[in-house]
Amino acid sequence: MLKIGNYNFTSRLLLGTGKYPDFDIQKRAVDVSETEVLTFSVRRMNIFEPNQPNFLEKLDVDKYTLLPNTAGAKTAEEAVRTAKLAKASGLCDMIKVEVIGDQKTLLPDPVETLKATEELLKLGFTVLPYTSDDVLLAKRLEELGAHAIMPGASPIGSGQGIINPLNLSFIIEQAKVPVIVDAGIGTPSDATKAMELGADGVLLNTAVSAADDPVKMAEAMKLAIESGRLGYEAGRIPKKRYATASSPTEGMSIVE
Amino acid sequence: MELFINGDTVTVQDTVQTVVELLEHFELDQKKAIVELNATILDKESYSKTKIQDGDRLEIVHFVGGG
Repeated sequence: MLKIGNYNFTSRLLLGTGKYPDFDIQKRAVDVSETEVLTFSVRRMNIFEPNQPNFLEKLDVDKYTLLPNTAGAKTAEEAVRTAKLAKASGLCDMIKVEVIGDQKTLLPDPVETLKATEELLKLGFTVLPYTSDDVLLAKRLEELGAHAIMPGASPIGSGQGIINPLNLSFIIEQAKVPVIVDAGIGTPSDATKAMELGADGVLLNTAVSAADDPVKMAEAMKLAIESGRLGYEAGRIPKKRYATASSPTEGMSIVE
Repeated sequence: MELFINGDTVTVQDTVQTVVELLEHFELDQKKAIVELNATILDKESYSKTKIQDGDRLEIVHFVGGG
């Protein structure tokens, strides 16, 4: 069971809703992923085209916990405003704090992320900050009261997988709140690796939505995350330098 | 009257008096729209009683796909 603030989830996959080829594929991918948390962004409506389709309207909203992000924000102030707008929808009180400090790497601005997290916690939000894999920053976010810590595996949408498993494992070890590995996942094995390290969940989007077959990849990611979690709970064997026979060495019938 | 909606100048008939009437005017009343009026985010319940007037600045936003 994944517990974030007052929410409980069976699934440990949090799925983004951006960049799918079409709404039908997206709906099927969301269904097979068995995710319970969907992320969204807040943007201006095109008021002159009221009939533009919107994925949210195709969903049974009650079935999912919505996790809007503050993507687009460059400062804490902008992130707080976006979070307030999202909450005014009446559909959610969770927020993924995402304050991007650099447009080329899309890496989060640590100072603004801290500020936004602090302010949103004061306002009563359930706050999940997207952060770098900096261990001390993760600690500072937790000390503020963040409900989960979401370190990136590698830059957003890069599909590079986990570039610093050591830092990630330090973050996981020290955290008393859930650690959700967010951003940079490319393959199912990346997601499995994150879960084997002890992450409490994985948030991904592009790895599924931009796959050749998003529906199949959604299922692969679901299985990968379940598998990695089971492996983590089961406890791996220690690594040894030399071989250890798995067959008994006693009672061997020797050909004379 | 002239309004500034989502950064654009928009002219609306003076018969549109409240936020809910404005949303109806643009056929957005059935949408999950979130409205900010002059930098104040509005509760959905207040749309019908919140008056709009010439020169008001509005942001009308919604959820779109994102990660």
